[in-house]
Amino acid sequence: MTKSTGSEPGQNKPAPATPFTVSPIVAGPTCCVPECQIRIEDLAVSYKGVPAFKDVTLDIYRGCITAFIGPSGCGKTSLLSSINRLTDMIAGCSVEGLISIDGQNVRDPTLDVRALRRRVGMIFQKPNPFPLSIRRNLEMPLREHGLTNRAELDSRIEKALKDVGLWPEIHGRLDAPALALSGGQQQRLCIARALVLEPAVLLMDEPCSALDPLSSGVVEDLIESLRGRYTVVIVTHNLAQARRIANYAAFFWVKERAGTLIEFDFCRQLFEAPKHELTAAYVNGQRG
Amino acid sequence: MRESRAFDLSSPRAAWRDLSLQAAAWFAAAIVAGMFLWLLFDLLWHGAARVDWTFLTTTPKSSGRSGGIAPILASTLLILFVAIAVAAPLGLATAVLLSEYTRREGRLGQMIGLSLDVLAGVPSIVVGLFGNAFFCVWLGLGFSILAGGLTLACMILPILIRTTESGLRQVPDEWRLSAEALGMSRATILIHVLIPVAAPALIAGLMLGIGRAMAETAALVFTSGYVDRMPASFLDSGRAISVHIYDLTMNVAGGDKNAYASALVLIALLIIINGIAVALADRALTRRVSAA
Repeated sequence: MTKSTGSEPGQNKPAPATPFTVSPIVAGPTCCVPECQIRIEDLAVSYKGVPAFKDVTLDIYRGCITAFIGPSGCGKTSLLSSINRLTDMIAGCSVEGLISIDGQNVRDPTLDVRALRRRVGMIFQKPNPFPLSIRRNLEMPLREHGLTNRAELDSRIEKALKDVGLWPEIHGRLDAPALALSGGQQQRLCIARALVLEPAVLLMDEPCSALDPLSSGVVEDLIESLRGRYTVVIVTHNLAQARRIANYAAFFWVKERAGTLIEFDFCRQLFEAPKHELTAAYVNGQRG
Repeated sequence: MRESRAFDLSSPRAAWRDLSLQAAAWFAAAIVAGMFLWLLFDLLWHGAARVDWTFLTTTPKSSGRSGGIAPILASTLLILFVAIAVAAPLGLATAVLLSEYTRREGRLGQMIGLSLDVLAGVPSIVVGLFGNAFFCVWLGLGFSILAGGLTLACMILPILIRTTESGLRQVPDEWRLSAEALGMSRATILIHVLIPVAAPALIAGLMLGIGRAMAETAALVFTSGYVDRMPASFLDSGRAISVHIYDLTMNVAGGDKNAYASALVLIALLIIINGIAVALADRALTRRVSAA
């Protein structure tokens, strides 16, 4: 698996050939060569005929953090939920275009959606642990996917909790109700619940926006630590956060009543030398 | 301070209006509370002296003029048992269908919802006639506790389904979404999360249904019958407590005293059941608040 390190590629590198794809890095160790894992082409989502966004084409790179930024209502969340087909659940929602993960067409009607969602975890804006014990929260998805061996369950649960840094805080009270945890802890538990299935991709829909600043910082550090092991796609309204943690950033804006992708680039490039004037205005806080 | 007269509550006119509105509200509340208290007092006055352990545990004598109500209580509880055993699983299943598998604005959901609302409004005497025609005659159950219980089940199903459905609908969607995003099946999330969370609503609905069923007379006269012996099986006819009260009052000269006593027992049972329902609804509310 390719591994991208914390140091961002992009500085002093030739500008990408086309606006929406990033050319491979010319120099540098091979581990830094971006490898496209999720490919999105000409994607459009509409709700009962009203388009949420259209004409979105972009590549999401393995092991990197990609941030979706832009004002509300430009289709970022819709785009995110079309990647794990959560859009299937919404009445009147139709998706057009192509999404593939590791070459596999996500929109294939014969695709096993449950297997897809096992590989593509999702974290929501509001922490939403089930109203059960901490242990049951992590155990249920595993059992659902066929794992029943007690020792294996326990070791997976422990590993996931250690990954999100919750283990030292709660290992003595795994049978306590999950809703008794603080907001930040709940959100980390939700991340652990996604990680316990060992996914390849994590979709995060504003994972910090419902948390207080301290918890938000802890969760942000956690997301940062996932870099390299998971492909993370994060929707965020916190530009500073996107700037701190993302390798790539995609900027969306509403044009002709539908969201559209304005610019996609290395995160630093997008923030420091945006090519589009709308991007410049948005990241500098003049619009949006 | 006198600039805005419209908001000046100290003007005599505004004060008078305020006072009269308050008085009207208090008066209305007093009438309602007074009627209930009068009824309760009347029952206690006429019936309390007769209600004791012997009354609850002996059989009625001389058509109920004297003796107790043991077989009547037994029949009532058996009828209730049949009604709940049939209505609870059916109600839960229908509520799950309505809240989880149909869209609120969809045609199927609306059709079922409409038929439930119509069913809930059907007078109990009509339900009783239906029960008699269907269970007693057509299915050949005769006048029996089984037929009475099944008829009551039909009667309490709408209210049970509606409360359970609204309980399920109040469970936040985020749990359904996160379960879906984890690749979990609907059945798993339903059994492990949604139904436990909605359980207080289900129980509250059941309590409301039981309250209605206990007080039911018209539907039972035609279905479970009049017989005041201790029932030996579900196929025996059995007299429910409300039927007993009706019979003592209307058909048995000198049955008043025991009618009052039986009514007191019935009211006591209803108050207890209502208390349980309120407590459960409270618990459901606090649970939702703490979960939010």
